[in-house]
Amino acid sequence: MNVWLNFLVDSLAFGATFIYGSTGEIITEKSGHLNLGIPGIMCMGGAGGCYMLNLIGQSNIHPALIVLFGICASFTAAALMGLIYGFLTITMRANQNVTGLALTTFGAGLMKVIMSKLDATVYLVGPRMMFRWPFAHRQDALQTLGVMFFLAIVLAIGASWVLYRTKVGLQLRAVGENPATADAVGINVTKYKYVATSVGAGIAGLGGFYYIIDYMASQEAYLSLESLGWLSIALVIFVLWRPHMTIIGSTVFGFLFSCSSYIANIEGITVTMAAKPLLKMLPYVVTIIVLIISSIRNKRENQPPASLGLPYFREER
Amino acid sequence: MEHSIAIELKGITKRFGQTVANRNVDLDVRRGEILAILGENGSGKTTLMNMIAGIYYPDEGKIFFNGKEVIIRSPHDAFEHKIGMIHQHFKLVDLFTAAENVILGVHEKGGYDLKSVNERVSQIAQKYGFHIDPKKKIYDMSVSEKQTVEIIKVLYRGADILILDEPTAVLTPKESDQLFDVLQRMKEDGKSIILITHKMNEVLAVSDRVAVLRKGEHVATVNTKETNQSELTELMVGKKISLNIERTMPIETKKRLIVKGLKVSNIDGRKVLDDVSFHANGGEILGIAGIAGSGQRELLEAISGLQKIDEGEITFINPKKNKPVTFFHKSLQTVKDLAAQNAFHTESGHPVSFEGMPSKQIKKWVEAGEILFNEDEIINLRDKTPLQIRELGVRLSFVPEDRLGMGLVGSMGIADNMMLRSYRKGKAGFLDRRRPRQLADEIIKRLQVSTPGSSTPVRRLSGGNVQKVLVGREIAFSPKVFMAAYPVRGLDINSSYTIYELLNQQKKNGVAVIFVGEDLDVLLELCDRIMVINSGKISGVVDARNATKEQLGMMMTKSTEDHAKEMV
Repeated sequence: MNVWLNFLVDSLAFGATFIYGSTGEIITEKSGHLNLGIPGIMCMGGAGGCYMLNLIGQSNIHPALIVLFGICASFTAAALMGLIYGFLTITMRANQNVTGLALTTFGAGLMKVIMSKLDATVYLVGPRMMFRWPFAHRQDALQTLGVMFFLAIVLAIGASWVLYRTKVGLQLRAVGENPATADAVGINVTKYKYVATSVGAGIAGLGGFYYIIDYMASQEAYLSLESLGWLSIALVIFVLWRPHMTIIGSTVFGFLFSCSSYIANIEGITVTMAAKPLLKMLPYVVTIIVLIISSIRNKRENQPPASLGLPYFREER
Repeated sequence: MEHSIAIELKGITKRFGQTVANRNVDLDVRRGEILAILGENGSGKTTLMNMIAGIYYPDEGKIFFNGKEVIIRSPHDAFEHKIGMIHQHFKLVDLFTAAENVILGVHEKGGYDLKSVNERVSQIAQKYGFHIDPKKKIYDMSVSEKQTVEIIKVLYRGADILILDEPTAVLTPKESDQLFDVLQRMKEDGKSIILITHKMNEVLAVSDRVAVLRKGEHVATVNTKETNQSELTELMVGKKISLNIERTMPIETKKRLIVKGLKVSNIDGRKVLDDVSFHANGGEILGIAGIAGSGQRELLEAISGLQKIDEGEITFINPKKNKPVTFFHKSLQTVKDLAAQNAFHTESGHPVSFEGMPSKQIKKWVEAGEILFNEDEIINLRDKTPLQIRELGVRLSFVPEDRLGMGLVGSMGIADNMMLRSYRKGKAGFLDRRRPRQLADEIIKRLQVSTPGSSTPVRRLSGGNVQKVLVGREIAFSPKVFMAAYPVRGLDINSSYTIYELLNQQKKNGVAVIFVGEDLDVLLELCDRIMVINSGKISGVVDARNATKEQLGMMMTKSTEDHAKEMV
């Protein structure tokens, strides 16, 4: 029983990485921009946060402030990447796919450079327990859940609330669905797009920071970050562009992704080395199945934003 | 009852490059009236209204709102002056409900309360007699419901002056009547309504005054009660202008293309062509006149195999009697099939049978030109793809109105565009690039296309040159039927005359030319016969040498029911 509980809590904790990544990507996509730079942006979010902790990790300021500064730095670094993406795709109308892929390569590379210059004993060893607040001293499974896990839940639900319950959300969705219509009724399309791509990237970046500092809390964690970025983009499709659903979706993904290491502990099932990569494939297989099912059902609400990937310019009217 | 003036336009002029869309227009709109703006296509109706709605900004002239001069630079400015326009193409987010679309972009005090918006939408609808469910998604709506949402959108923002651009173009007659009831109620409520239209019966039925535009100029404003159809038609089309287009008498005309009982519906299931029957003769130019969107495009596309046909027949008659069969457009198999149907005879008059003959021998005979047709070939074009039509040996050329969309590939050079017609030729999977390039050079030389070279992307050429390339390519295909939709639209005078000349040349070569035009003067001087199409129906075919402009104008604008009554 305990094994299963551990497994569930671990899936939740692991999944929070995806919650950040997917929520950020959903906000971006709702403005009509497909940001394939999310893996690189998550890398930069991680690097930015770690860099800040490297500066203040051993100073005497209050632990809560250290956590806050780390989060802010991570968000800012990632949002800057989003701003680059925004400038290229919104103002310069560059191809969104190419721009995104370039940012992924750029972000992942730059992160490796930055991380290799940081001192893990400063940014990781001390601060990591601060991020486990409020369950830092418990001895059970809950210990793995910390402040950034709850922040992820709050952001996911908050994003859904903004998108579907406020006028700003309505107008953002209008921009992603039909920018010409939004423009005609006086919505500032460019502003909405910039804010959405920057804020979306910032939120996604927190996922990278969370993964390195909190979930893995290891020096090598950043090496596996990029692949999680891709999984976050897959999760966007899996949850059909609904931020609050990422909470469940990410747990499923976390469960599927890490089940290869848990299954061996349960009921004596043996997993060969060859089977492990196959099991890691499961989240993608499930995403494809969801994509097929949602395409067959063909419900308008479950489709990607209508103008996703298309540049908008007012043209000759 | 005397009404105060809501908007006044003084000396409005708007130019787009060389063309003048509106010239020195003075116009006033009163409170509580329905003003119809009547005019042919391209007479500047929509442009003029777009200037009131803030889409365009006038080059010259002033706009007064309630006696005060105003500057309207954006739709937002227009809303500040309580002016709202309902465009022909709806601007709605499909995924949203009616109410969500209505409040998009509205700055209101208070939070986001969809419930109260739903209520207010229902209230507005009730007040003017609309039927609308504010919670219904746009993608579930019919065209008329979408239009209702657009109107409510404008009313919700508090508009007092509503401009409707051809609102009935997409509606059924019943829906149109409902709309007019609503407009009446708005008028009684003190709102001003501007109705852009070219449908005479609507003008006479609902409007209080009619402003007539012709070629961008305001010709007259008359009280609807004091006018009639023929006066309005005359104001709209104006006096005939002589253009001196060369026209020869057709010689030896023969039926080339026969269309019978053609019916076509569009995606929404609305009938766009209803029981269309006509024939086009070789050696003659058949003009097609009609208000834009009356089904001209669908008709040409149906003939060329691009449009699904519900009912009817399209037959092509190939004048092949006693002429040799060739492999130019027919495969060996087609020739064999025809021979099996006893379609051929030899030069000495003996019937031909290929039974048991080796293919090599058949090829030899055909290539020597010894196999002749017994009769003119009658080919059914219905439900054939353009490729099948070509393989049947029907040389059909189509110059579509969307030159760079359907006709040519904008980013390719002239030579490559020539290849769109011949890409299937060439040896062993390789393209033959030499001949298209020769053809391109020939067209550039013969039609005086001004271009840096045959590999310059055609979209960089001017409109006239693009059209020369397209027409040149289609003529090089030596067609038997040549169809052109608005071939001189947007062209300067010289290019236009070049195109007329090319069409005349085709006529002299015995080609059946079908010319869809909008300028009645051109149609009257260029064509031999003119067929008038009105809301997808043929309202008649007239001899272009005797017809008058008024006559055509009447046939184009009269509602079909009225017309039917008159025929009885």
